[in-house]
Amino acid sequence: MTPAGGERVLLRTQGLTRHFRLGGIFSQQVLHAVDDLDMTIGEREIVALVGESGSGKTTVARLLAMVYRPTAGQILFRGRSVRSLRSRKDVLRYRGEVPMVFQDPYSAMNPVYRVSHGVLRNLKLHRPELDRAQRHLEAARVFETVGLTPGSDMLRKFPYEMSGGQRQRVGFAQALAVRPTLILADEPVSMLDVSIRAGILNMMATLRDEEDVSILYITHDIASARYVADRLIVMYAGHAVETGPTEVVLSRPKHPYTQLLLSAVPDPRDRAPTVSADSGEPPRVINPTEGCRFRWRCPIAIEECGRVTPRARPMGAAHEAACHRAVADGQQPQTHPAPTRHEVSEAAS
Amino acid sequence: MAVPAIATEPGLLGGTDAARGSQALRRFTQAIVRNRKATAGVIILLILGFVAAFPGLIAHDDPQAAIYDQSIGPSAQHLLGTTQLGQDVFAQLIWGTRLTLIVTVVVSAIATLISMVIGVTAAYVGGMTDRALSLITDVFLILPTLPLLIVLASYLPPGTITLIVVLTFTSWAFQARQLRSQGLSLRARDFLVAARVRGEKTSYIILVEMVPTMTSLLVASFLGLAVFVVGFAAGLQFLGLGNSTELTWGTMLYYAEQSGALEAGNAWWALAPGAAVAFMGAGFALVNYAFDEISNPALRPVRRRHGSPAA
Amino acid sequence: MAAPLLEVDSVTVDYVTDVADIRAVDRVSLTLQPGEFLGIVGESGCGKSTLLFAIAQLLSPPAEMVSGSVRFGGHDLVQLRDDELRHVRWRDYSVVMQSAMNALNPMKSIGAQFKDTIRAHVKMAPDAIRARSAEVLRLVGIDAVHLESYPHQLSGGMRQRAMIAMALLFTPQLVIMDEPTSALDVVAQRSLMNQIKELQLKLGFAVIFVTHDMSVVGQYSDRVMVMYAGQIAEIGATASVFEQPLHPYTKGLLDAFPSIRGPRRDLTGIPGSPPDLARPPTGCRFHPRCPEAIPECAGVEPAVSMVDGRAVRCILVGEPSRERGGHDG
Repeated sequence: MTPAGGERVLLRTQGLTRHFRLGGIFSQQVLHAVDDLDMTIGEREIVALVGESGSGKTTVARLLAMVYRPTAGQILFRGRSVRSLRSRKDVLRYRGEVPMVFQDPYSAMNPVYRVSHGVLRNLKLHRPELDRAQRHLEAARVFETVGLTPGSDMLRKFPYEMSGGQRQRVGFAQALAVRPTLILADEPVSMLDVSIRAGILNMMATLRDEEDVSILYITHDIASARYVADRLIVMYAGHAVETGPTEVVLSRPKHPYTQLLLSAVPDPRDRAPTVSADSGEPPRVINPTEGCRFRWRCPIAIEECGRVTPRARPMGAAHEAACHRAVADGQQPQTHPAPTRHEVSEAAS
Repeated sequence: MAVPAIATEPGLLGGTDAARGSQALRRFTQAIVRNRKATAGVIILLILGFVAAFPGLIAHDDPQAAIYDQSIGPSAQHLLGTTQLGQDVFAQLIWGTRLTLIVTVVVSAIATLISMVIGVTAAYVGGMTDRALSLITDVFLILPTLPLLIVLASYLPPGTITLIVVLTFTSWAFQARQLRSQGLSLRARDFLVAARVRGEKTSYIILVEMVPTMTSLLVASFLGLAVFVVGFAAGLQFLGLGNSTELTWGTMLYYAEQSGALEAGNAWWALAPGAAVAFMGAGFALVNYAFDEISNPALRPVRRRHGSPAA
Repeated sequence: MAAPLLEVDSVTVDYVTDVADIRAVDRVSLTLQPGEFLGIVGESGCGKSTLLFAIAQLLSPPAEMVSGSVRFGGHDLVQLRDDELRHVRWRDYSVVMQSAMNALNPMKSIGAQFKDTIRAHVKMAPDAIRARSAEVLRLVGIDAVHLESYPHQLSGGMRQRAMIAMALLFTPQLVIMDEPTSALDVVAQRSLMNQIKELQLKLGFAVIFVTHDMSVVGQYSDRVMVMYAGQIAEIGATASVFEQPLHPYTKGLLDAFPSIRGPRRDLTGIPGSPPDLARPPTGCRFHPRCPEAIPECAGVEPAVSMVDGRAVRCILVGEPSRERGGHDG
């Protein structure tokens, strides 16, 4: 799937899969954290990976950051397979293009060193052409780019002297120091106060516009994803269930899970709470069977949903959803006999 | 400027480095003074350190000079009496402090270092490496220490180096388990994953990122070990397995025993070095009890008020 | 107007340390009517959790309530002895803590913990205990079979429901909740909040709900109290506070929430961060970050003034009036 706007593709995953064996070596329990994920990220775009806990979004980040090796599937960065990177030099070069920003500003920095530590190490590892003095200048410069001024003074602080918002900015500065192509931002604002989030989100948009970086913004908060992302990928139980340009997905959600998510988001401006029978039970991803993983919660599931795992189908321009019942723009909805819950769970077993 | 600068934060700790350094020193001394155990322990160690460094200032007699009356009890000229050969016991005690302290500190330091490397590597690398290192640690743990010490010391050439080697060999294992546990709890901390994601080597992560955050445990390990080492070292030397030509409290005990000091009438020749060993052990133990408070300010929780200039 | 259920009068809580005393809650007053749902909103360090602990009489050193009273059903809870307090606790008011995993004993089944709670307050036959436990679980939508389950066997949402069930064992008049939904995903959160609201309408208890999430408060509360740096910024009926926020901080907070409905607006947030409570700013505590601040704001600490039934602490809004229980300046 090509990203909107015709930008070149930077990173593509094909059938990306990651399983974890639970228990000892003889255990039969396999956790399917990510299954068969196809996604693309283009140049100069912010892609939001939206999902609740257990959706697999953090695992995707760690796969892309080469913290985990894929169980199956490919990650192609600039056309080259990441799994084929063997030499330390190649791996280092990749890490210098795809850095990561972490969720918890209180544990993402080593407390015994000054906040300059991570930035300077990044510069030393990934920009060897700079000498010591140049590294310090560059560190001060990236600090100021993220709004920590004066850079040289802020570099000398210890993490405990900084607020959560400032620490997250340091995280972004560390990522910028390597002159990245793609920043993996794993829930960068979830642990910050609401009034501070806007500053970080605005900064991310500015980085995309002025520093030419793409950002993979991983979050459970679909409202902030709307604010900052060009495209959305909605994940559920390890699968991508819907992808597309942000406004398109939000105004015409095709997958029942996306619809559920959107209806449940409370909005301070729209004060009438919605009601749903769905109690928010997490999905089952241990030794899952074939079929759609959302079927137990889905209001429109049919017999096929229990048998066949849905694959992504085009819904409109650059918009896809993995649902047997989803209706593409301009199509007529098919009529199906209303299934009984009994039929669905029969198919499921 | 790409992004508008954020407003300056009121109330954060700031100041120059010098100001912060002297703040830390003031806090350190405050913490010691406030905690009686720490005060006592530190005083003991300071006394011992001073005695080890400047023995001549305290004991004016040459400890090896066998020129005095033999085997007499404590008196005005010989505070602890003399040995069978006519040496001043007090002088021996004072001059023996240095080597005793050196052996204790060196053994504790090296053993702590080894246990740190093994424990933290096992924790961080995990997998087969962890199993192998843990197995080795466990083997060393269950070896009976004293018999092993005796066997090793009898086979190796006698001397201080042997003593240090033998003691280090048998005392690192216990701390390795503790440090491995601490390492395991640190392993998933984001800053370690961050170090890996930016491409650092494993050895770098262990030595530069993990170990410095464990300094309080390392110092506690060192102090705890010192308490035992001073006793074990004296014990080995008492059994004649040290270098009897060197002057330490342990060798004093050896000679005292050989010469039957307790029967011969100068009990202090045997008692004094024993008491001194206990004294040094107590010093380390007291500081160890109180050490947790005197810790790295950077490890304190964010936004607490310790250390700011008094209002 | 019926007699208020809860009257909190000028409560002040200090954290006493040997370096300095930190005033975490400064002269906070509020009243609660029976059956009312009050939301207390604020960001980190605003004192909302400390206030909640003060109301529930759960403060422990170094936190100390240095002045004020908490009158519940006519009695000042602060003056009660421990044994008198135990009589009131859980029967007249109960508390739901933030993280069920921290509050529930992982070694005991849900049913066993309910039994312990019941027996701590009243003598009841084992059959009656079991019946009541099953009943409250059903109220929150959990099958009674889970009385045998252990906390780790339940999902996050179910654990929170179990906590609420436990809080309802004696059908108290007031349930105090400290961020019960912050660990939940948005669908589970909605489900839990709807459940709480339903129970509230059915059983008639009042709720004090502490959270940092304005949107949750906006949808479910009758009145809302916004706190900043240990003080009240604004209190009023939820609808009017949200439609027309008077305090600049409230405005900033509402504006900081991105919305998924309606046109996409620019977010500004509020620059800077909450003050260090050991050295709060002079005058109004919010003035260093306030986009509407005038020079007087740094000099004068504003008193709480009443405007159209709303209490606001801002010199730009309304006429200052006598502050209940405290003094100006």
